[in-house]
Amino acid sequence: MDAIILQILNGLDKGSAYALIALGLTLIFGTLGVVNFAHGALFMIGAFCAVTLSRILNLSFEIVDESRTDFLGNPLKFKTTYIETWLGPEMGGTIIEWAVPLAILFSIPIMIAIGFIMERGLIKHFYKRPHADQILVTFGLAIVLQEIIKYFYGANPIPTPAPSALTGSLDFGELLGFQANAVIYPYWRLVYFVFAALIIGGVFAFLQFTTFGMVVRAGMADRETVGLLGINIDRRFTIMFGIAAAVAGLAGVMYAPINSPNYHMGMDFLVLSFVVVVVGGMGSLPGAVLAGFLLGILESFASMNEVKSIFPGIDQIVIYLVAIIILLTRPRGLMGRKGVMED
Amino acid sequence: MSKSNLTRRGLLKTSAVAGAGVALPTIFTASSAAAYMNEPTGSSVTLGFNVPQSGPYADEGADELRAYELAVEHLNGGGDGGLMNTFSSKELDGNGILGKKVEFVTGDTQTKSDAARASARSMIEKDGAIMITGGSSSGVAVAVQDLCQSAGVIFMAGLTHSNDTTGKDKKANGFRHFFNAYMSGAALAPVLQSLYGSDRKAYHLTADYTWGWTQEESIVAATEALGWETVNTVLTPLAATDFSSYIAPVMNSGADVLVLNHYGGNMVNSLTNAVQFGLREKEVNGKNFEIVVPLYSRLMARGAGENVKGILGSTNWHWSLQDEGSKQFVKSFGEKYGFPPSQAAQTCYAQTLLYADACQRAGTFNPCGVAEALEDFEFDGLGNGPTLYRAADHQCFKDVLVVRGKENPTSEFDLLEVVEVTPAAQVTYEPDHPMFAGGNLGSCNPGS
Repeated sequence: MDAIILQILNGLDKGSAYALIALGLTLIFGTLGVVNFAHGALFMIGAFCAVTLSRILNLSFEIVDESRTDFLGNPLKFKTTYIETWLGPEMGGTIIEWAVPLAILFSIPIMIAIGFIMERGLIKHFYKRPHADQILVTFGLAIVLQEIIKYFYGANPIPTPAPSALTGSLDFGELLGFQANAVIYPYWRLVYFVFAALIIGGVFAFLQFTTFGMVVRAGMADRETVGLLGINIDRRFTIMFGIAAAVAGLAGVMYAPINSPNYHMGMDFLVLSFVVVVVGGMGSLPGAVLAGFLLGILESFASMNEVKSIFPGIDQIVIYLVAIIILLTRPRGLMGRKGVMED
Repeated sequence: MSKSNLTRRGLLKTSAVAGAGVALPTIFTASSAAAYMNEPTGSSVTLGFNVPQSGPYADEGADELRAYELAVEHLNGGGDGGLMNTFSSKELDGNGILGKKVEFVTGDTQTKSDAARASARSMIEKDGAIMITGGSSSGVAVAVQDLCQSAGVIFMAGLTHSNDTTGKDKKANGFRHFFNAYMSGAALAPVLQSLYGSDRKAYHLTADYTWGWTQEESIVAATEALGWETVNTVLTPLAATDFSSYIAPVMNSGADVLVLNHYGGNMVNSLTNAVQFGLREKEVNGKNFEIVVPLYSRLMARGAGENVKGILGSTNWHWSLQDEGSKQFVKSFGEKYGFPPSQAAQTCYAQTLLYADACQRAGTFNPCGVAEALEDFEFDGLGNGPTLYRAADHQCFKDVLVVRGKENPTSEFDLLEVVEVTPAAQVTYEPDHPMFAGGNLGSCNPGS
């Protein structure tokens, strides 16, 4: 039982990342009709926003300590951060330690700006082109973006820890009445799940309860009619692209302490997120979220030794297997609408 | 009336065979006047450095390339001479190799076997490389070694730790300076016993490819010989990024040691996940839970950050060693590039010097002559202590370092501390050891 609870928690955690990326993908597809293969790269850039802010906060100057030597036998140069010098070691140290949560604020304008530039500079020229062209150009863009990141940050993963107050783990076992240490789950992963739920809730509330959101939903349902009413739907859709980029970016920022960011992390999530979108139903926001959590949990269960002993290698194919079954039984996905990508 | 034997099918077959023969790359059919493949005829000789310049090991590849460039500079008489000053063989004089200036070309392995073979092939065919060296993966090393054997050039392996490279996949034209998985197990076992005792239960997570399998086999054998029990061995996909669902079952498996047979990004992520799940603070069977990473590299340790503190593993070389060779190499490399070299850099530098010295001693670039000079060659002064290049399998036998993630690093490079230098005798095995069985060195191929 404790093993099952652990895998459900794992699944919810994985599902959070899938759901956030798939949500952004669906927003872009639903509004602009573009299949954006560069969306994983936006997730990766978000994680590197956390790395960048951490590096900015760690900007430092050198002090030479004549009493000690470095690996070449020269006087040891060690670094002191500007922020600790200006604000004192305690305050400065705390700000540096909280770099990842602070990067949420740092990343939002950056990600929205990147989203605008991507949409206005490149993707808008492909609205009327076939989906295959869109996939090719956005996939190419993803490779360019990851090579740029690799050029500046290198190929190795960069550790970006969570604040020490959130690095421990919670003993779920004791909370649920099991023995101590039976179900332990890291605090940061719980934070990630709550954060993802808030972002998903926020996006839905924005679309449901604001005039802007109402217009966007109307545009998603019937773009031409909304245009005939004199509403500049294109501008709103561009803004939605920026919001989708920000959602992917935020998912990346908060993911940085879970796995050290590297330039390739976007690609690792991209394919799975597309499966999530297809399983959820192309263009369906609730479908993307539902499928994200569902596939996350299934993937976790498939990694259990008990399951793998019956179906060897199932952990590597389960998501695709489920996708095949769902698409065979429900060709539009779990919550797909009629007419989407069927022309 | 005579009946022709020519049928449509027969004609097609003949044409296909003839076509394939014409299309066969000249690399495998070279039959010029040269005595051996790419015999240098001018005033220079070209070496091929085949390293990952893109992909997940690009940083390791960049460090290998730095080491190669430094080695070429020293061979051509530039810089401070580096390890030529401390090398026990005094054949190299800074005048290139056999009086020919050393030049080099580079290829990008991308850490993919097919890409690595293609870049090695291009360097041999188009650039006339007489020797191929480098790489940061056993899959790549085995593939390129096989190509070099067929092509008739020497392959001086870079970072490759699978037993198979000098085991079942060994080749007469291939040579490995780096240590292997068996040696990691043999070196780690006594340290594990003294620190963690003989009554332990181990759980293995293993990368699902040649290196992972041989490392798991080696560590399981070494620890079970101590009396440890192996609770479970679980293969993880090479492409896995989040190991939480593989770590979770460890917690209630009854194991009190987790062995991570992972390298590169896999290791960084699995170790980070294991620490996040509180395994380091856990107590099982009345003992502290321990994590072991059998193959360490400083570049990986940097990726894992704070999580490496106190974690045991093994490594081929470390810049903090105080022998004359290591000090000289750290000085030469550090003064040129501003930071200390990695173990990948050291092994690649050593391989280049060993190849050059073998040519010099053999008096030829002929791969068969070079191989003969390398076989059973004993040397010292390259940073690993007295070393033997064994003829039977072309594996170097030298001391192995057991290291631990440092608790209080003084710089971003000072991440590992040497716990023990395990003598070569303790990690030496017979050429027909079961973990290395099944291969055949064959005979050297000069390519012409």
